[in-house]
Parts: sequence; C-alpha cells; structure tokens
Amino acid sequence: MQASSKVLPSQRVKVSRGEIHVIKERCKQCNLCIDFCPTQVLRESDEANEKGYHVPELVEEPEKGNTCVACGFCQVICPEYAIWIEARRDE
Amino acid sequence: MNEQTIAEDKLELHPIDKWLRSERMPHIWCPGCGIGPTLYAWIRALDRVGIPKEKVVYVSGIGCCGRGSGYLDVDGFHTTHGRAIPFAIGLKLVKPELCVNVISGDGDLFSIGGNHFIHACRRNVDLLVICTNNFIYGMTGGQLAPTTPLGDRSTTSPYGNIEPSFNTPHLADASGAVYVARWTSIHVRRLEKSIAEAMEMKGFRYIEVLSPCPVSYGRRNKLPEPDDIAEWFRQSSIIRNGANTSEVQIEKEKPLILGNFVKRVGKPTFYELMKKLEEKVRGR
Repeated sequence: MQASSKVLPSQRVKVSRGEIHVIKERCKQCNLCIDFCPTQVLRESDEANEKGYHVPELVEEPEKGNTCVACGFCQVICPEYAIWIEARRDE
Repeated sequence: MNEQTIAEDKLELHPIDKWLRSERMPHIWCPGCGIGPTLYAWIRALDRVGIPKEKVVYVSGIGCCGRGSGYLDVDGFHTTHGRAIPFAIGLKLVKPELCVNVISGDGDLFSIGGNHFIHACRRNVDLLVICTNNFIYGMTGGQLAPTTPLGDRSTTSPYGNIEPSFNTPHLADASGAVYVARWTSIHVRRLEKSIAEAMEMKGFRYIEVLSPCPVSYGRRNKLPEPDDIAEWFRQSSIIRNGANTSEVQIEKEKPLILGNFVKRVGKPTFYELMKKLEEKVRGR
C-alpha cells in the first residue's frame, strides 16, 4: 500500500476511504478483523464491552500510507456481524 | 418508540441485519467460529443472484449450525438429527418454486444423515447443500466425527484418531452431485461466488466449507487461539479448480485443496423425471 500511494499521482487516482462502524456488544474479540486487515489499520482497543471483550479500533497513519481503503474484508470475515464499512463519498 | 428514533436506530445497523433477527444477536457461536462468515457469504450470494426473501428456505439439522435457522429472518426449519435433507426434499417436491437450502454441519450431514446425503445425490434432488466442516462434533463437546483427520485428538480419541476420515467432495461426486466445491470460511469472496454459481444451477449441489472450531477442535490440536486455524487455512490452502475429487482428501501435513471441482450439466433432476412420469401415466 505504501508503494502505491507514492507511485500513483494522487490528483488523478483516488484511493477509496472507508469509515468503520463497530457494534460493541456483538464483538467477541476473535481478532480475525485485525489479523486479516490488508492495510493493518485495526488494533485492539483498551475499551471493553459489557462481557469484557476488547473491541477493535481504527488507527490510521496517512503519512505512511496506512489508511482504511474500504475493501470490506473485516465486514465479510467477522463471525459476529459486529463490524462494517461505509465508503466515504466526499474528498 | 416513535418513528423517528426507529429510523435513527436503523442507520446503525450492519448490512446483514435486514436478513437477521437482530434482537437475538449476539449469537451463541464461539469467538472465531466459521459459521458466521459462511452464512454471510450465503446471504451475499442470495443478494447477488437476486432471490427475494419470500422464496428462500433454510433447513438446518442438529449442531452449532442448526441455530442458524433461528437467527436468520427467512423461512426455515430446525430438523431432528440428520434429517435436514429428507425434510428439504419433501419441501422442494411440494413447492418447486422455492429456493431450498440445507446448511448444516459435518456431523449432521455425514454421520447420522450420511445415507440421506448419498441418496439425495443419487436422485439428483434440486437442493443446495452447504456443509460447514469443522472436523469435530462441536456442540456436544468435541467428540470424534467422521471428518476428523487421521491422528487428530478429540475428547473420544485422546491419543489420536485412528479412523480415516471422509473425503466429502469425492463422496458427493461419486454419488452423482451436479456441482461440488470446497472452500474455507476464510475464502469468503470466492465462497460467495461459488454459492451464487451453484444457486443458478439445477440439481443436487454440494459445497463444503472448512470452518474453524477453536474451542472444541483447536484447543486439543495445538491451535488454541481463534485465528490459529484461520492462519492454518490461509497458509496451507491451494486453489485447484477442476481437481480430481479423489485427490482432495484432508490430511494434516498436506496442503488443503480448494476449488470448484465438479460441474455437470444436463442431468435431469428428480422433479423433472417425476413430472415426466406423471404425464406419461396420466396421458395413457
């Protein structure tokens, strides 16, 4: 991902950006979304839900090229239907 | 609750929630279970093919997968042990316009329901059968299943399994299924495409989905964390479409062979033959 953000002219090619939603009470901390995220922008947060599971959070580093690109893989791999992506339309 | 707050609540819902009975969430499946991604792939395939909710039927058997029919907001039936396919056959023959799906586990489909499975393949009944194979009896506490790979440990084989396991795609192929595929619950996009392809066909279609069971299977086989089995699937799977199904046996040290193995066209279904016979007998 880092290479592509440097090579592609940013005015012409727009990398899609996503917004992450998590339904906290459904999460069971299996970490599949974190392990399988292709751009590595998810991380286990300190915040726990009512059952004590730590829900994922988004950590983006735009200067390194690590941003959510709205691929939606966390959404389709989540066994709990707890996380989903909304592609940002603006920018 | 007034109308406005209901509308606001709906904004914060997962895209699958229109197919779910959301009030029953979170479900009882363990962290890292493969049934969730499998059901979601099936639902996305339904969306892709464009089958309306009223025409979809989900028949499940006993086991962890059996709960699925209660969690989804489609017509469904939670049958007794192993009898998901007989119920689905009856339903499809009476109401041939419905899209009848059997999503069940390996213990249900191949242990007690094994005979029903091979005879449904032989008759070529118009059904889509998805088997979430987690290599073990998950719900009853991790006993040896007919799909447990050789040498693996379970509560009833604490020193290692000595019984060779079923090669289920080969079983379906040899019995006459028209579509046979195998994917894992990690290969969700390919699984979705495969299910959509199967939905557009007629006849007995079988898709095996290898599914992680970290609690009952992984804990006794040195894969204890929810993502360990997912990592095993990711690293050792090879996609070989059209592979000979006799060579896709699951063995622990060898790679897992995935793909769309068999696609037969032109084989008449049981319903078509039944209608033809009816015309012949009545017209005489």
